[in-house]
Amino acid sequence: MERWQREQDRTGNAPSADLPQVLVVEGAHGPVVHAANRAACLAGVATGARVVDMRAICPSLRVDYADPQGDLAALERLALWARRWCPWTAADGQGLILDTTGSDHLWGGEPAMLAEMEGRLSLLGLSSRLALAPTWGAAWALARFGPVRAIWRGAADLAPLPVAGLRLGDETALLLHRLGLKTVGDLAAVPRLALARRFARAQLAENPLLRLDQMTGHLAEPLAPPDAPAVFCAEARLAEPIFDPTHHLPGLCDDLCARLAVAGHGARRLRLTVYRTDGEVASIEVAMAAPSREAAHLVFLFRDRLERIDPGFGFDLIALEATVTEPLAVVQANLAGGRDEALELSRLVDRLTVRFGVGAMSRAVPRASHIPERAEGRMPPLATPAPLPPPSLAERPLRLLDHPEEVRVLYAVPEGPPAQFVWRRQTHRAVRYAGPERIAPEWWQDRPGTRLRDYFKVEDDTGHRYWLFREGLHDDGRGGDPRWFLHGMFT
Amino acid sequence: MSRISTFPDAGRQTTAPGGRQGSPLTLSEVFAEARSGAGAAGFVLSQLARGAAPILWIQDRMSCRETGRPCLAGLGDGRTLLRMEITRPADVLVAAEEGLRSKALGAVIAELWGDPPALNFTATKRLALRAEATGVPCWLIRHSGTADLSAARDRWRIASLPSAPNPDDTKAPGDPRWRVDLFRSRDKPPMLWVARHDRAADRLDLSAAVSDGTLAAGAGPDGQRAIG
Repeated sequence: MERWQREQDRTGNAPSADLPQVLVVEGAHGPVVHAANRAACLAGVATGARVVDMRAICPSLRVDYADPQGDLAALERLALWARRWCPWTAADGQGLILDTTGSDHLWGGEPAMLAEMEGRLSLLGLSSRLALAPTWGAAWALARFGPVRAIWRGAADLAPLPVAGLRLGDETALLLHRLGLKTVGDLAAVPRLALARRFARAQLAENPLLRLDQMTGHLAEPLAPPDAPAVFCAEARLAEPIFDPTHHLPGLCDDLCARLAVAGHGARRLRLTVYRTDGEVASIEVAMAAPSREAAHLVFLFRDRLERIDPGFGFDLIALEATVTEPLAVVQANLAGGRDEALELSRLVDRLTVRFGVGAMSRAVPRASHIPERAEGRMPPLATPAPLPPPSLAERPLRLLDHPEEVRVLYAVPEGPPAQFVWRRQTHRAVRYAGPERIAPEWWQDRPGTRLRDYFKVEDDTGHRYWLFREGLHDDGRGGDPRWFLHGMFT
Repeated sequence: MSRISTFPDAGRQTTAPGGRQGSPLTLSEVFAEARSGAGAAGFVLSQLARGAAPILWIQDRMSCRETGRPCLAGLGDGRTLLRMEITRPADVLVAAEEGLRSKALGAVIAELWGDPPALNFTATKRLALRAEATGVPCWLIRHSGTADLSAARDRWRIASLPSAPNPDDTKAPGDPRWRVDLFRSRDKPPMLWVARHDRAADRLDLSAAVSDGTLAAGAGPDGQRAIG
C-alpha cells in the first residue's frame, strides 16, 4: 500500500490520505481487497473481503489494482539494502528476515537496534512491525501478532499468540480454530503424539507440529540469503548522504587490506556497494588475475569505474567486500630483493582487463593442427599452456588474415603455381614461388566435402611475399573449379 | 659498399641479455610502406632482444582487418605473445601506456592504421617517457600513416624488396630483404640501408643502399644530425 502511495506521489496524482482507498487482486469470485489505507480501515474495510461487499459498507471507496510481483521484487531489493544492519538477510515473500546474531551490540543493544531500523524504514516511507526472537518462526509470529517492537523474553510470550502466527495455511488455521485450538499455548498443550498422528501426511506449510517445533527451536530453520555475505568487508558510515565515493575509497581499501593481511588472504574479486537513501543498493565489481592485498592496486582498479555506480539521491553507507579470496602468503621472490615479474604481469593484466574487458587480452598458444587457423588458440593471459606440440617444419607467414580473402589467379591448369593474381583490386605478377604445401582437411572435425588446400609462398614483382592457397583440385568431385585465396603475408 | 650488422648506436643503453644487441629502450616509430605491414613487423621483431619475457602486441581493428594478425607459428622463437585487439586508436595508446608501466614485458608493439587524431605529439611524448622510465622498448607500427610531428626517438620507414636468392631453389623466394630508412633519430645519423634478414640465425645483415658511401662513411659532424 505504501509503495503504491509513493508511486502515486511521484506521478503527482496522489489522492488525499483521508479518502478510503484499497488495492485489489483478482479472487475466485471477483476482486478481493489486498491492502487498504488507514481511512479505509477506519471505515471498516477488511483485508481479504470482496470489493463489492466493501463498496456496500463504504460507498466512496476508491479501488486500484495491486502489483504483487512488483512488491516481491521491491522486498528483495529491500532485503539487500537491509544488509546495512547485519550480513544475513533474506526476504520471505511477506517480510524481511534478519539474522542479527552478534550485530546488535553495534547498534547499542536490541531495543536501540529495533528503533533504528524502524526509523530508517519510516524515512523510506514504509511502516514496519518489528520483533526480535531467537527463531524465525517466533519472530514472525511476534512481529504480526505481538506487541510493538516485541523482544523475546521467554517461551511464555508465544502462548497467547493466535495459531495463525504459526505460518500455517488458511485451511489448517481454520481447522485448528474449529478444533478449539485458538492460541499457540493451546496447541502446545496438546500431546505431541496426537498432533503427529492427525497431521502425519501434511506438508511443512500445513503441519502445525512442525511449525511449532520451528517456532520453539526444536527444528532448525536456517536463513538462506540470495548470496552468501562476504567474510572480509570494510564499511564507511557517513553522517550525510553523498554522491561520489572517490574520497572514501582509499581508506576502505586500506582497511580491507589490513583485514586480509591479518588472515593471510588476498582478494580475487571485490564488490563496492553503496546503500542509497531511497532504499536501494548499487554495486560495481572488479576481478583480479592473481590474489592481491595491495591497497594502491585495488584503488586503481576502481578508479575508472566509480562513475558507473548509480548514486540515486545519495548514499550514506559504503561497503567494500572481498567476495572471492584466496590464501596469499607473504613471499619473497628472490633473495636479492628484486622485483617480482610474475606479480607485475598479473598487475598489468588486471589493469588492462578492468579497462578493456575480460576478453580483450589473450595469450596465443600453439595447437596441434596443420590447418593454419586452427594451429593457434587463445587462452587467458595468465593461463599455463599445455605442453607444446612439436613445431611444424614448414615456413609460416608472420601475419595471417582472419578470413582468407578470395583472389583471382592466372595459373597453369590443373595444379600449376600462380602466375598472376588480383587481390584487393590490384594486380600482382608472381616472380618467384615456393610450394605447393598440401594440407588435407581434418576429416574428424571438418564437414564432409571440405576440400584440401595447396599453399604457395609467392613473391610478386614489387618484393612482397604472400601466402596463397588453392582450395581443392579440378577432379576431386567436391564442387566446381578450385578457388584461390590469400591467407597471409610473409615478412 | 660497407657491410655492417648492427645499427650505429651513440652510447645509448640497450639490453643485451643473450649477448645480442637489443632494441633501444625507448619509443621507436616504424612506417610501413604500402602493403609492407608484414615487413615492418618482421623488422621490429628482428630488433627485439631475445628472451622469455612476453610481448604485448596491440592492434587497432583496422590494421587487424587490413594487414592481418600476428601468427605465432610465424614468429619463430618460442616467445610468449599477449595479443590485444582494440577498436579505437585512442584506446590502443592507453593500452600501450599501461603496458609500458610494467617491467615484466619484453616489449610493447602497437599497430595503428592511418593518422588517428589521438596520436599527437603529446601522446607520443607520453609513450616515450614511459618507455624510458621503465626500460621497456615500445614500437609503434604505422600503416599508411604520414610522418607527422612525433616524439619518437627513432623513426623508420620500411619497404619490402625482392628477396635474396634462395640457395636451395632458384625459383623460390629466399631470405627477406627490406629497404630500411632511418629518417629521423635523436642520436644517430639518418641513413638508408638494405637489410637482409637471416632467418636461420635471426640476424639482420645491413648494407648501405647508397653506393658512393658518403652517408655510410661516418656519422658526419654533430651539427648535421637530425633531431626527432
